[in-house]
Amino acid sequence: MKLIDEFRDGRIAERIVSKIEEFGSSKVNLMEVCGTHTMVIFKYGLKGMLPENINLLSGPGCPVCVTTQEDIDKVIGLVKEEGVIITTFGDMLRVPGTDSSLEQEKGNGADIRIVYSPVEALRTARENRDKRVIFLAVGFETTSPLIAASLLDARRDKVKNFFIFCTHKLIPPAMEALLMSKEVKIDGFICPGHVSVAIGSEAYRFIVKKYGVPCVIGGFEPLDVLQSVFMLLKQIKEKEAEVEIEYFRAVRPEGNKIAQKLISEVFEVTDVEWRGLGVIPQSGLKLRARFSNFDAEREFQPKVRKARRNRECICGEVLRGVKKPVDCTLYARICTPEKPYGPCMVSSEGTCAAYYKYGGL
Amino acid sequence: MVKFKENGKKILLAHGSGGRLTHELIKDFVKRFQNPILAKLDDSAVLKVEGRLAFTTDSYVVDPIYFPGGDIGKLAVNGTINDLSMVGARPLYLSASAIIEEGFPIGDLERIVDSMERAARLAKVEIVAGDTKVVEKGGVDKIFINTSGIGVVESGVDISSGNGRVGDRIILSGTIGDHGIAILSARERFDFQTEVKSDSQPLNGIVLEILKVSKKIHVLRDPTRGGLATALNEIAQQSGVGIEIEEEKIPVKEGVRGVCEMLGFDPLYIANEGKLVAFVPEKDSMKVLNAMRKNRCGKNAQIIGSVVKGHKGKVVVRTGVGGERILDMLSGEQLPRIC
Amino acid sequence: MCLAIPAKIIKIEGNLAQVDMAGVKREADIRMVKDAKVGEYVLIHAGFAIEKMVKKDAEETLKLFREME
Repeated sequence: MKLIDEFRDGRIAERIVSKIEEFGSSKVNLMEVCGTHTMVIFKYGLKGMLPENINLLSGPGCPVCVTTQEDIDKVIGLVKEEGVIITTFGDMLRVPGTDSSLEQEKGNGADIRIVYSPVEALRTARENRDKRVIFLAVGFETTSPLIAASLLDARRDKVKNFFIFCTHKLIPPAMEALLMSKEVKIDGFICPGHVSVAIGSEAYRFIVKKYGVPCVIGGFEPLDVLQSVFMLLKQIKEKEAEVEIEYFRAVRPEGNKIAQKLISEVFEVTDVEWRGLGVIPQSGLKLRARFSNFDAEREFQPKVRKARRNRECICGEVLRGVKKPVDCTLYARICTPEKPYGPCMVSSEGTCAAYYKYGGL
Repeated sequence: MVKFKENGKKILLAHGSGGRLTHELIKDFVKRFQNPILAKLDDSAVLKVEGRLAFTTDSYVVDPIYFPGGDIGKLAVNGTINDLSMVGARPLYLSASAIIEEGFPIGDLERIVDSMERAARLAKVEIVAGDTKVVEKGGVDKIFINTSGIGVVESGVDISSGNGRVGDRIILSGTIGDHGIAILSARERFDFQTEVKSDSQPLNGIVLEILKVSKKIHVLRDPTRGGLATALNEIAQQSGVGIEIEEEKIPVKEGVRGVCEMLGFDPLYIANEGKLVAFVPEKDSMKVLNAMRKNRCGKNAQIIGSVVKGHKGKVVVRTGVGGERILDMLSGEQLPRIC
Repeated sequence: MCLAIPAKIIKIEGNLAQVDMAGVKREADIRMVKDAKVGEYVLIHAGFAIEKMVKKDAEETLKLFREME
C-alpha cells in the first residue's frame, strides 16, 4: 500500500535497531505521548526489538482515557434525555461510568450511534429534525479542527438540533504538567505525529527551552517510531535539546494554519480536568460564546452527583507513566476488555488494553 | 426458474398458519429444491447413510441479507457444508428452516431460496428437509435461517481441533477478512466504496483433495466469527500447544487492508466464510499446499506458521517489521475507531 | 487519537474530494488542505484531509532510513 508498506520494512528496522544499540546501555526513559504510538509499539512488537536500557513510557495521549469520570457520567445522563440521539466515535462506547456505560444504555434501547466522522453526526441531525443530536466531541488537536468545521457548517446551514458535548484537550500543556510534577524522569518525548500536523513543531519549543527535554515528532509506522527513538538517543548523547521532525512528510514547523484558524474561530482555551492528572490550566477547549447554542451542557444542563471511582483502578498513574498496567491489582484478573474497570482497558489506544492484547511476552 | 404463486407479493402470517397458503409455499419450495426426498413431503426425510455420521447445525441472522458476493441463503448452505467439511466429513444432506417476518417480500424469499438451491447444487449436496414459520412484524429481522447437515466421515479420518501437534505446519487456504468487510460495506451508513466481496463458498471440494494426498491432517478449521486469530487461539487451547505465525505470509486483499487501515481494524479478527486453516505434519505440508493451490478455493494458499514447543495455549505473531507480539482472541466487537 | 491514512485525490468538487486508499474510495472534506490537486496524496482523518503528504518527502524519509549504515 502506497506510503505505508515502505515504512514497515523489516530489514531497515533491523538497521535502525543496530544503530540504536550503538548508543550503549545507560538507562533512558522515553515517553510516547500519543495512544496511537503506544498501539504501534505493541502491535509491531517494537519493545522487544529495542535494547533493555530503553524504557518506553506511555503518556496521557489517549483522549478517551483522560476523560474524567464526571464527564462520562454526564454523557450517560444525556442518553436518558427525551428525543435525543447520541453520536460518538466507537471508543467511547464501552468506557465505564459510575453506574453504567454507553454500551449498556444502548442495550437498554437508547439511540446511540457510532460515527466515523463528525460529518456523519451533523448529517444525523439534518436527517432527524425532530430529535436533538448530540456529538461527543473527544480528541486532541488532530480532531478538534474537524468538529470546528462541522459546527461552522451547522451554523451556516442553520441546523438547530445539533449539539456537541465538548471534552477536547490540548497536548503540550499535558506534557508540561508531567514535567512539572517530576514524578517520572522523562529523558525525551516522542511527540504525536498527527496532533503536530495541526499545531506544528514550534508548539513544543517551550519544552526544550524551559525544560531541556528533547522532542522528536514521530510518524505512526513502525520505522517512524524506531527512527524517532534513534533521533532522541542521538540528542541525549550529544546533550542537545531540540524539536526535531521525524515525520516531515506530513508535519511542518508552522503546522496547518487553516486547522489552527478553525479551532480558534469556534473554541477558546480553558482550564480542564484530566483523569489522572487533575486540572491543568489552559489545557482544554470550550465553545466560544457565539457558538454556545451548540453546547450540549448549556442545552441539557446534565447534573452529576459526585462520581464514584474505583480506588483500585490506577488508570491515572498509568497515564502519567508512573506505573505500568501490570502494577495494577485489577489488571487482567478483574479488569479486562470485556469487563473494563477503567478507560485505559477499553480504549483501543489505552495502555492497559495494549498490554493486555499484545503483551504477555 | 420456478415462480412462487403470489398472494399480494408479501409473506403473510397466513403463510405460516399451516393452511392452504402454507401448503402452497411449501410446494413451491419443493419445486425449487428439486429432489425426490423433499418431494415426498413426509414429516421426515428417510435417508440411508453408511459409516460414521457428522452432524452440525447453524443459524444465520446476518444483516444485511444481501451483500457483495452473496446473501443469507448462500451463506447458510455453505456455512453448514463447511462445518461438516472441517471434521473431514463428506457433506450429504441439509435441512433448511426459515423464520420469516410478516411483510417480507415474496420476491426476496424467491431470490434467497434460489440462492440456496444453487449453492447446494454446486456443492453436490441435497436439501431434504425444511420448515417455515412466519412471525409478526418485529418478531425477527426480515428472515432468519437455520441449516443443519449430516455427512459421512471415512474410516481412518480423525480431524479435530484438539489434534494439533508440535511440528505441524499451519496452512491457510487464501485471503482473510473478505467476508466481514463485504458485510460492513453493505451496511447503510458505510461511507466507503470498495470492491471487496464475501468469500462465501463450499470447501468440501478442497477438503476432499487434501484428504486424498494426506491421511495425516490433524486439524481443519474455518475461521468464521472472530477471524483467524480467534480460530488459532481456540486450536492452541484445545490442543494444548503453542502457535507461531508470520504476519507477512498471511494473504490479505488490498481492498480489505484499505478499509482496515481506515477504520483501525485488524484483518486477523475479521470473519471469513470460504477459507480454512489446516494443521499438517511437516512431511505432508508441501503435498497439501500444492493440492490446495490446484483447487479454485485455494489459489492463494500459504504456509503461515507452525506449532511450537513453547507458550502453550498462546499464539505469537512475528510482525512484518521483525518484532513479536501475542495474538489474543477477539475481545468485544471491533469498533470503527478514530482514536 | 491519531488514526490518519494517506489517500490519493481522484476528484475534487469544491470543498469535497473523492479519495482512493488502496482501492477503497470515500469522500473527504479538503478545506484544510490548500491547493490540493487531483493525483496528490493527503492524510485522511475522520473524513477530513488534514494535510498533504508530499511524496518527495516520503521518499526522502525512506532514503534517510536506508542510509542508516
